[in-house]
Amino acid sequence: MGVAKYIKNEKDAIKEVIYQSGITVKPAYGPEDLERAGFSYEKDLGAPGEYPFTRSIHPQSYRSRAWTTRQYTGFGTPEETNERFRLMIANGQNGLNVAFDLPTQMGYDSDHPLAEGEVGRVGMAIDSLRDFEAAFKGIPLDRIGSGLTINAVATIMMAMYQAVAEKFGYSKNQISTTPQNDILKEMIGRGAWIFPVEHGVRLVGDSIEYAVKELPKSNPVSICGYHIRESGATPAQEIAYAFEIAKAYIENVTQRGIKPEDFVGRFSFNLNVYGNLWEQIAKFRAARKLWAKMLKEEYGVKDNKNLFLRGLFGGGGSGLTKEQPENNIMRGAYYALGAALSGAQTTALCSFDEAYTIPTPRSALLSLRTLEILMDEVGLRDTVDPLAGSYFVETLTLEMEKKILEEMKEVEKWGGMVKSISNGFVQRKVSRQAYEFEKGLQSGEYRKVGVVPVSEKGTDKDPGTEAAAVELHEYNEAWAEKSKANLKELRRTRNDKDVAETLKGLEKAAKTSENVMPHLVKCCHAYATVGEMAGVFRQVFGEWKEPDFY
Amino acid sequence: METKQKIRILIAKPGLDGHDKGAKVVALALRDAGMEVIYSGLHQTLDQIIQSATQESVDVIGLSIMSGAHLPICQKLMAMMREKGLVHAKLTVGGVIPHQDIPKLKEIGVAAVFPGGTSFEDIINGINNLFE
Repeated sequence: MGVAKYIKNEKDAIKEVIYQSGITVKPAYGPEDLERAGFSYEKDLGAPGEYPFTRSIHPQSYRSRAWTTRQYTGFGTPEETNERFRLMIANGQNGLNVAFDLPTQMGYDSDHPLAEGEVGRVGMAIDSLRDFEAAFKGIPLDRIGSGLTINAVATIMMAMYQAVAEKFGYSKNQISTTPQNDILKEMIGRGAWIFPVEHGVRLVGDSIEYAVKELPKSNPVSICGYHIRESGATPAQEIAYAFEIAKAYIENVTQRGIKPEDFVGRFSFNLNVYGNLWEQIAKFRAARKLWAKMLKEEYGVKDNKNLFLRGLFGGGGSGLTKEQPENNIMRGAYYALGAALSGAQTTALCSFDEAYTIPTPRSALLSLRTLEILMDEVGLRDTVDPLAGSYFVETLTLEMEKKILEEMKEVEKWGGMVKSISNGFVQRKVSRQAYEFEKGLQSGEYRKVGVVPVSEKGTDKDPGTEAAAVELHEYNEAWAEKSKANLKELRRTRNDKDVAETLKGLEKAAKTSENVMPHLVKCCHAYATVGEMAGVFRQVFGEWKEPDFY
Repeated sequence: METKQKIRILIAKPGLDGHDKGAKVVALALRDAGMEVIYSGLHQTLDQIIQSATQESVDVIGLSIMSGAHLPICQKLMAMMREKGLVHAKLTVGGVIPHQDIPKLKEIGVAAVFPGGTSFEDIINGINNLFE
């Protein structure tokens, strides 16, 4: 997915342009368009750093500080990953974005039968605090913040992050972590869910409540329009569904007697950048405004800094092609340009070889350099929101705002996000769209460079299958052996009594409405394994059953 | 089988990977092509896949594998299919599959392989051809 629909005549002139969100673009825009849309500078934009923050959440944006770069990193054992972390930091990266392998994401230890063949494959394998000690060795946790790409067991990893920091001598007040922790999006796309919806949301609520009380610099949840878009949502739906998910989490936390004002400032977002450039820019500008407006008007949030839509705008995986993979280097640069023109606060780029493999050091650094070139050479730090006032961009931003609100209304008509996911409404809609788009790509209705429509296969327009110049990151069976051996050693040397006691405390909390987080921190310090802690949740909560998707 | 009878296919996601867009869009394409499609849902063990295939008496099992573990998974499933007497059903696989692995999969007994980028038309024809 990723391109607009272009309706052309026989001479290749464009007759109509329709963006994925359903907006038709005119050949030219002028002052009359802004007038027709009722555009007002004060109401719709405001100065950078001022409500409703359409232009920027900070008055000086990149003038005061360039974006934070966080390439998604992690594979093999914690030692391997630690080496790559250090390489990226030595090369100027200022935050981490940690990838976990599938067994860890699904709450299984490396020696579980279901982990076979997957240990260390798509991220690093973490079984206990001992592994976190190796992974974060030598990383200054008071200066480097860490995004943790973990969802179903995010509470466990957040607790383990606190435990490792304490082990290294930092206080929990100094550390900054952003676990992804967005279970509802896992149920729409990406699929790394374990527990039934209501228990999943409760765990998210526990972590938010805990962060508000105990982890002053951490952001307990990163709401991911990103993966929803990857699964087939339009840019307008990406934002609408992310906001509806946010509302579900807000509801859970406010039921605990905590006011939105006290926690919504800790929410962050992970949003996607691929697709039509203008549509992305309008999306981000509209999203900043709508988020601030929603919090202020619906939830009575007053403090400006609690109204900021902060987050990582980056990635772009579904925009990349397997065909002619080097083209993805250029695609990434344009996606990053869109992110910079939208004032992305934090960013990361999928590397050009990701349709094939875990990025090599060379391709990961190429992504980092692409991001640096924009800031240091191209001029994206010069002035805030440079496209403001463009007849086209402002009209489009207003239209995007309307589309996002329409999509939100639909979810609310279904009864909100928890219900929409439980019933499968959202999943069905998104899958159907992914299917329609894929059909369009195969028929030539949508065009992507290097992707040959079926009707042109084998004709002179088909360049044939080129051997991809991609160096494959090899999976190493030895990682699993090493993880299993470490686990055996851990089970032999740790204090079993501590483990049993802390797990018992966890079980008790899970069965009642007591917050599980303090118990998880204790479990981690006692070297309980991820599989043991998740096992307690599995036993108490059970597992989710997906609704039919058609 | 008679050509008039609808082909019954189980689209299945073995293992822990949750990237199901590919499986779902192929399921929709096959259904639109007139086949009877059963979708397993995520995180299936091979035992569960065998069980669903038997219960639904499908003609084809279509695995979707993105993790790179297609060779060991297909090998194991073929052996289980033989063991459980599921001999009439054909095994097919799609996903992130390097071209050099296709002959190896065929050797194991996989009837058809559809690596990422295969068009719906080729998948539909590929499955229909299994019953020509």
